[in-house]
Amino acid sequence: MSWSESFLAWSINASLLVISAALVLVVVRIIRGPTLPDRILALDMLIAAVIGFIATMGVKAGYTLYVDIAIALGLVGFLSTVAFARFVLVRGRAGEEGGEGASGRPDGHDHRIEGGAP
Amino acid sequence: MTDILNVLVGLLLIGGALFTLVAAIGILRLQDVYMRMHAASKAGTLGSGLALIAVAVHSLELDVVTRAIAGVVFFMLTAPISAHLLARAAYCVGYRPCAATHVDALATDGASRPGGTSAPAAGERPAAGDQPAGGTAH
Repeated sequence: MSWSESFLAWSINASLLVISAALVLVVVRIIRGPTLPDRILALDMLIAAVIGFIATMGVKAGYTLYVDIAIALGLVGFLSTVAFARFVLVRGRAGEEGGEGASGRPDGHDHRIEGGAP
Repeated sequence: MTDILNVLVGLLLIGGALFTLVAAIGILRLQDVYMRMHAASKAGTLGSGLALIAVAVHSLELDVVTRAIAGVVFFMLTAPISAHLLARAAYCVGYRPCAATHVDALATDGASRPGGTSAPAAGERPAAGDQPAGGTAH
């Protein structure tokens, strides 16, 4: 193994580690995000980070079909973000103004049913 | 030649990972949705795009390079669209920007359009955004 191959292996491992740290930070924002658009944006960013992770795994494995998987995941992420944006548009604010803390997804649905159409 | 390509792939991977980390830190530390969109839609897209270019450089075959470039172009086209849709939906529904946002160009509809420096009370104006059906007409 020459020096450039060892550098490539080191950089692959380092970038996998860094992207994993980024995934953890984004998940923290998803859990903690006070409003629904925060969570949607963090999900979009999560998909972007996973695309980078998949591409890095494609370099590590030498298996170039991972590029197709990354493109398909990007398409799914774009469509889901558009659909979530439409959902935010029809849902309204539903009583949340940044003070709900770490309430999960079913909690938000309950609030939508209570006060979704003022 | 192979050494140069390996070093280039490694640098692209590290650069993409660092851009992704910067985007994640920005999402975690910035103040409201409209600020976090800057980090997510610019640095995040650049990070994944650099990783895809690294795959293309790593295997110098025509189909892989074509698909990687198509993927990068696709991400760079769709990330601003999705961020704009989400920001517009959040603003139309009524999520206000935080107090650090001084210029709110959408809140001042007829008052100060040319200058855009209407600093006082730009964040707290309830600009008719509470009805959800008001924004869907466009």
